[in-house]
Amino acid sequence: MKANKSVFSSLFGRQRRGRTVSILLVILAYIVLTVMIRSGNLSRLFQGLLVPICCYMVAAIGLNLNVGVSGELNLGQAGFMSIGAFAGICLSGRLAPLLPNTLLRLVLAILLGAVCAMIFGFLIGIPVLKLQGDYLAIVTLAFGQIIKSLITNMYFGFDENGFQFSFVANTTKLAPGGKMLLNGPMGATGTERIANFTVGAVLVLLALLVVYHIMYSKSGRAIMAARDNRIAAESVGIHVSNTKMLAFVISAGLAGAAGALFGLNYATLVPNKFDFNTSILLLVYVVLGGLGNMTGTMIATAVLVLLPELLRSLQDYRMLIYAIVLIVIMLLTNNETLKTWFGKLKAGKGAAAGKEG
Amino acid sequence: MKNGLKKALVVALAAAMASAPAALADGAIKIGGSGPLTGGAAVYGQAVKNAAEIAVEEVNALGGLQFELQMEDDAHDPEKAVNAYYVLDDMQVSLATVTSSPGAAVAPMYAEDHIFAITPSGSSLDVIYADSANLSGAYGNVFQMCFTDPNQGTASADYIKAHENLGSKIAIIYKNDDNYSTGIFNTFKAEAAVVGLEVVYEGTFDDSNASDFTVQLGQAQAAEADLVFLPIYYQPASLILQQAQAAGYAPTFFGVDGMDGILTLEGFDASLAEGVYLLTPFNADAEDEQTKNFVAKYTEKTGEVPNQFAADAYDCVYAIAQACEAGGVTADMSAQEICDILVEQFTTMTFNGLTGTEMTWAPTGEVSKTAKAMIIQNGAYVGVED
Amino acid sequence: MGFLSYLINGLGLGSVYAIIALGYTMVYGIAKMLNFAHGDVIMVGAYVAFFALNTYKLPTVPAVLLAVLVCTVLGVVVEKLAYKPLRQATSLAVLITAIGVSYFLQNGAQLLWSSSPKVFPALVGNGSLTLGSLSVSYVTLITIATCILVMIGLTLFVNRTKTGRAMRACSEDKGAATLMGINVNQIISVTFAIGSGLAAIAAVLLCASYPQVFPTLGSMPGIKAFTAAVFGGIGSIPGAFLGGLLLGVIEIFAKAYISTQLSDAIVFAVLIVVLLIKPTGLLGRKLSEKV
Repeated sequence: MKANKSVFSSLFGRQRRGRTVSILLVILAYIVLTVMIRSGNLSRLFQGLLVPICCYMVAAIGLNLNVGVSGELNLGQAGFMSIGAFAGICLSGRLAPLLPNTLLRLVLAILLGAVCAMIFGFLIGIPVLKLQGDYLAIVTLAFGQIIKSLITNMYFGFDENGFQFSFVANTTKLAPGGKMLLNGPMGATGTERIANFTVGAVLVLLALLVVYHIMYSKSGRAIMAARDNRIAAESVGIHVSNTKMLAFVISAGLAGAAGALFGLNYATLVPNKFDFNTSILLLVYVVLGGLGNMTGTMIATAVLVLLPELLRSLQDYRMLIYAIVLIVIMLLTNNETLKTWFGKLKAGKGAAAGKEG
Repeated sequence: MKNGLKKALVVALAAAMASAPAALADGAIKIGGSGPLTGGAAVYGQAVKNAAEIAVEEVNALGGLQFELQMEDDAHDPEKAVNAYYVLDDMQVSLATVTSSPGAAVAPMYAEDHIFAITPSGSSLDVIYADSANLSGAYGNVFQMCFTDPNQGTASADYIKAHENLGSKIAIIYKNDDNYSTGIFNTFKAEAAVVGLEVVYEGTFDDSNASDFTVQLGQAQAAEADLVFLPIYYQPASLILQQAQAAGYAPTFFGVDGMDGILTLEGFDASLAEGVYLLTPFNADAEDEQTKNFVAKYTEKTGEVPNQFAADAYDCVYAIAQACEAGGVTADMSAQEICDILVEQFTTMTFNGLTGTEMTWAPTGEVSKTAKAMIIQNGAYVGVED
Repeated sequence: MGFLSYLINGLGLGSVYAIIALGYTMVYGIAKMLNFAHGDVIMVGAYVAFFALNTYKLPTVPAVLLAVLVCTVLGVVVEKLAYKPLRQATSLAVLITAIGVSYFLQNGAQLLWSSSPKVFPALVGNGSLTLGSLSVSYVTLITIATCILVMIGLTLFVNRTKTGRAMRACSEDKGAATLMGINVNQIISVTFAIGSGLAAIAAVLLCASYPQVFPTLGSMPGIKAFTAAVFGGIGSIPGAFLGGLLLGVIEIFAKAYISTQLSDAIVFAVLIVVLLIKPTGLLGRKLSEKV
């Protein structure tokens, strides 16, 4: 009985409930959607949206680790997606003639995307984590812009003589039959579209496992303590810089993996895609879903990616209505009266779980 | 997020996913397409949408073929263009996309689903080739109404070479985060090297620096350039002209088709554009009946003078109409049947439109038409005779 | 073109950034929020000024005053409807709402005034002042002068007037300010009114230098000015001024002497370096931590 109880509490106890709920939700959604696809009940539009939604979810979950758990406003998450995307596309493009198995190639590309983004995450994290508050935010924004600017000026290709790389001035001259992997502002074109929903869903699950693992670990609780009150945390001997760096690097890695999957879902990808607006969009998913709340982030991501598509019938008014919906949701979710009301509802049910994270 | 809201969102989501696509009117051939109807590039998408709507109304009014147009928003984003493609589930013919990068994203999908598409203004080679670097893997069912970028770059270099009075020292200012501009720049530079033009300065700008050109103009002036080649759209071009005048720098400015529209900018001081050369297929001031009719209708509908995007879109609809009539296309045919007929027609027919006469298409989808060199004099385009 | 003309062009561009940054920094200093919709208020101001000048043929000064009036009202209304209900919420919630407002204004402008750009009428002619080999356009001179005037006026207002002192009190400690009988809500509204009025002046200066009006006009200068405000130390009025000028000069120099392709990367790299040396910007106060 005791063992049973501990299994139960590890799954549904106050602490771990967020993880269980979110993972079950992903698995359930995957099963339902797969059944709908197989039985032909899901329109092509929604089938087409599954992979990008998974990508945005993974990047947003990573960002939530930054913003919600570490308490650091990161305005450059799209930069890490960009690094991952173009690294993944280049690898897949190079391996295409050698490795016909698309699944293996996709997995390798995602891995490389994640690793590249993590390396840059580490390098960028060193200066970024020295700063605080809005100054930290603006430096992440700056790095996001720098990454975009650098990738826009990179030319990378290969032919039978090997790789060629040039920067700023395009001096790449490929022999006939060569392939331009990254063509400056034109980005990657003619990419083989090898991304699929199953890999996307698995990536979301992995992201959740990694992020919750950090959140529930001792050091994860330490960074949350430091987020809520740094001085109090330091006064009881908690030092969090290493864990914060870990969280920053993991967050970058998740964005990189998401980027690679995203890049391999489209025939073409331009560096401008991952600009400040995309970083902001990811931040909107995170804040709307709730800081530190991964389930909320996933739902907010899905809803906000779908919303502009669902509003297509409004034609020119679509983005205007989208903006209004966004404002209204923010006002409602932060309305004191509603909050108290929901609080009472929860208390009535006896599930006095505080906010997750 | 609170539980109640979560549930509400999940329910909304489920309801949304079950929604079916809108039903289609009987007897009309459905033309789809996407373009930036919102966001920073909306001016191009709106121009195409408005012009295509005018053309569809005109074709329908003739009583023969009936078209139904559905233009979706892609916000100049390849990702949204793919979404728009899926929304256009029941289209039978397509105007593809208005801009190049979104076009490159959906072109392979048109090829896979075998739906005929002709883009009014997606001028990159990536729109018609899977492997543009080697000019191989043409999709074969994606056509262009506009010139390809390389075509314009080469034609401009050749024209400048052939008219040495225009200038001998050339400066180029282009937008280096833009597919269109970089595409023309690359071929212009290559052709300039082949024919022996002297390029003394290359300057760039991008989305985040698209208003201040004092440095680029200053350096072009310092390099003693007497001709500035501007393979860019008319909005930044108008700022360049204004800032050049303020700096007292007066070289010959030479633009491409993106420059068209500069005279119709609301409030633009046409004297700034005096003496600007441009290679463009369309001239809103042309005196022929077809152009006058189109410009009048467009101005009535939108209050604005149509630019080259609008003219290309208008031509696209008419070219589709011509090919459908010649090939006996009817509304009950599948998109795939129509595709075979239209590919056959387009590669064999000759089309006369607003943006050119005697146009023909290669099996790769590339259009062959002549660019007219124009010079702006007294606020109007004047054709330059060779 | 020599060093001096680049410097002056940089100062002209920087003055535009500076005046936008003043709006950011004021709102941040008092309301502690990043008002990402500030750039779009500028866009609205530009349209109002455009129609006043071009369509209704008003003289320059009334047109500018009209733009200031409309922007002030807009700023106050937006604050009342979208930001005030979130006074108790996290600063991130307000940030996202501001982004919503930004989308709303951009798309609303497109629907109302179409996406086609319009050319802003020349206010002072396209001439320039020539001193030897150096030529400086009048627009640049006026922009720099206006920016200095606005900064001096704002500093005097904040330091000398009762409302200004109340604003500083709110920025120090809202709780204590309330106890001293200051109506904090009202002060925040006043701040938004002033910030938005400044946006209209910024709009006119921006469009005088770069005469084009379109719905996404404000986003890029907005981000740059936000950067400038942080650069100088967000919350500090002289800081925003200095940050704006420096940003403009660095941008022009990066283009002139290094590369037009990489100018953005260079500007942001300089920003990062500065923040590493001075973690609260050039003139920002040290973050005080309460124990």
